[in-house]
Amino acid sequence: MDNLGLLMGGFGAVLTPENLMYCAIGVLLGTFVGVLPGIGPAMAVALLLPVTYGLDPVAAFIMFAGIYYGGMYGGSTTAILLNTPGESASVMTALEGNLMARAGKAAQALATAAIGSFIAGTIGTLLVVFFAPALASVAVEIGAPSYFALMVLAMVSVTSVLGGSPLRGFIALFIGLTIGLVGLDLNTGQPRLSFDQPLLADRIDVVVVAVGIFALGEALWVAAHLRRSPAHVIPVGRPWMSRADFRRSWGPWLRGTAYGFPFGAVPAGGAEIPTFLSYITEKRIAARHGKDEFGRGAIEGVAGPEAANNASAAGTFVPLLALGLPVTATSAVMLAAFQGYGIEPGPSLMTDQPDLVWALLASLLIGNALLLVLNLPLAPVWAKLLRIPRPQLYAGILFFAALGSYATNLQPFDLFLLLLLGLLGLMMRRFALPVLPLILGVILGPLMELKLREAMAISGGEVDALWSEPLAVVIYAVVAVAIIAPLVLRTIRPAPAAVAVDEGLAGDTTREEETVR
Amino acid sequence: MRPLTRHGTRRRAARTVATVAALSTAVLLATGCGVTRGAQSDDMTMLIPNSPGGGYDQTGRAAVAVMENDDITGGNVEVTNVIGAGGSVAMTRLMNAEGDERTMMTAGLGVVGSLYSFGAPYKLDDATPLAQLIEDQEGVLVPPDSPFETIDDLVKAWKADPGSIVVGGGSSPGGPDHLFPMQLASAVGIDARDVRYVPYDGGGPLTTALLGSKIDVGFSGVGEFTGQLKDGELRLLAVSGEERLAGDNISDAPTLTESGIDLVFTNWRGVLAPPGISDQRRAELIAMLEEMHETPEWQQALEDNGWIDEFKTGDDFTAFLQEQDQRVATTLEELDLL
Repeated sequence: MDNLGLLMGGFGAVLTPENLMYCAIGVLLGTFVGVLPGIGPAMAVALLLPVTYGLDPVAAFIMFAGIYYGGMYGGSTTAILLNTPGESASVMTALEGNLMARAGKAAQALATAAIGSFIAGTIGTLLVVFFAPALASVAVEIGAPSYFALMVLAMVSVTSVLGGSPLRGFIALFIGLTIGLVGLDLNTGQPRLSFDQPLLADRIDVVVVAVGIFALGEALWVAAHLRRSPAHVIPVGRPWMSRADFRRSWGPWLRGTAYGFPFGAVPAGGAEIPTFLSYITEKRIAARHGKDEFGRGAIEGVAGPEAANNASAAGTFVPLLALGLPVTATSAVMLAAFQGYGIEPGPSLMTDQPDLVWALLASLLIGNALLLVLNLPLAPVWAKLLRIPRPQLYAGILFFAALGSYATNLQPFDLFLLLLLGLLGLMMRRFALPVLPLILGVILGPLMELKLREAMAISGGEVDALWSEPLAVVIYAVVAVAIIAPLVLRTIRPAPAAVAVDEGLAGDTTREEETVR
Repeated sequence: MRPLTRHGTRRRAARTVATVAALSTAVLLATGCGVTRGAQSDDMTMLIPNSPGGGYDQTGRAAVAVMENDDITGGNVEVTNVIGAGGSVAMTRLMNAEGDERTMMTAGLGVVGSLYSFGAPYKLDDATPLAQLIEDQEGVLVPPDSPFETIDDLVKAWKADPGSIVVGGGSSPGGPDHLFPMQLASAVGIDARDVRYVPYDGGGPLTTALLGSKIDVGFSGVGEFTGQLKDGELRLLAVSGEERLAGDNISDAPTLTESGIDLVFTNWRGVLAPPGISDQRRAELIAMLEEMHETPEWQQALEDNGWIDEFKTGDDFTAFLQEQDQRVATTLEELDLL
């Protein structure tokens, strides 16, 4: 409990009216910059970092914490409202979030995202406070074989989101895996599927794929049917979360946090896998309770991934502070920021500069709380954005989609890619191919290959290296249970749960097919 | 500040800075405050072959900052990051800007390798070499509990059974962290093709692998590991340059030549101009870089970043580029990568 005392000391140093004002400014700036499409949290922090220079370290920290959380939340806002995720971690939020928004529940989606972020961020930061050094020493022991096992687990889970038609699902998944192959092979330096285009050598950015398939594909689809379909006005909806919304959200918030934090704390974890696992879990749980709204805007599908994303972001402070290792783009920007403030992350940080570390952690908690206070009332305001008439709204989405894709790499070539992927998205809607497996293929394929190749390169091609780590063996056991258990259950008694999963997505596909006709 | 890596997470992070710069430029242009670059003006452009925050970017921007502060070019110098294919995309743009006397590009060892990997039809000395600015040493790093106490221990075990040592580096094949272990292997009599090299996506993942003892030895720029070395989380067996480096737990590490290995390997960076510029303009540009090099600000930048002051211009630099190109080609040929 010594740490608690030190944390209180941190609060004491940080909590002054002047500092709170800096924090509030940081939150607002962060949110407004993060809301711009194509600007994920990493970019928002990088963009606003110079604002904090010139302040004394404590004031700079707290403003920085505000910017950081504001930027994270702002990114989810565009994912939910415009279906344009700013980074791969908010792809899962966009799925159900945008469906909710279009069903007139944008305010609820934004609110559950904000509260989920707050809960996950707070729990995550407290875990960092108490366990960072211990976790860090365990985390570096996790090697490529364990990561590969995690990827296998994720890949097996993909089969449950293939949709009503497994054939269509697999087609989409393999298109995604193929897109993920494009680019330079890290191990041999050979370009693959790049058609002698040097600009394809650096891989196709997941953001460009997601924005192309989600936002552009959707806009083209709507444009193709604009004249024939009656003007569908987005219902206004209530401005606040109802009691039922809360009841459905708290479970996903906590489970998302439990998924997100460990992934953030291990050096190669990232936020993609935990957000995806959270999404799958919530979908299964909803199906088991017979209340599967997934595919039509389920609040669980926003609450869970959003909490997982933020808990993972908090978890990245473990390797960052304890080892000096930046593991995500955002934490790399933060590393530079800390060095600017005189913090030199590394194993001796906690003993060398305890005052600064505790002030930083206290600032993060305060920034997180202030975000909730400032942004919750804003959710209904943002939601009104969707009441812009359809032609103007989609024109705006197209503009922001293009800006976002261009902003990722500053290459006009990405606009061409965006258009191509938008056409692919249109075709997929035309032939009722689900888009989710494609995106997962693009995200998981390269990660899986990277870890497999790394494990094989280290072992010199010995396949048994893949189960040489205890964690890997445990994960394979989970995978085996996940595959076998439903089969066994189905033989013992016809499983209603499995049927419900299929119906949920089948309903979705049929609807789309109806629209086609 | 610690130098950031050439690849990986830090690259993606840094990319954001470029975007920010571009967005703010866009805003400036939109509001009419932008400075138009006319034919008469003395404004120039500096191309950077990778993302903001990377090694080329740090060197290029440091040089530009000094030139602007001391008004050496007589105008503004706009920095443009041209990202792609390990520098080949930027090099292509430079070659296409034939005769453009207002453009320069920062280049280095990694670009040499990438031009081979991508089968580009030109080499660095096909442009107009202006000056080498800096040198950066590579280090041989091991985890603290490694059985290797000296570089000799490592070489002995490596020669006895090349397949038993797993080597890691922060660059893909053709990059500095890959070329260094290969040239070291050749120098001590190991067939470079027997080296078990594991590429990592930059210094962060490489550090993780070393801390977890997933690999036996890591090869990378020393500057990225000063924190870990100071805290004793990693040990430095040798440095690759001609002289030892300064710093806690760094100054004890011998050079390879001190240890009886005939190899000096350095990562370097310099400045090129497009092909086909006039001799007079080439001399002017070299004079500007010389003036920049003499300033106290530049000497400070060298010290802050831990770069070695290795400045050569004109024909010396051209000869150096040809020699480097030859060495990279030989190494890649030995590995059957050409």
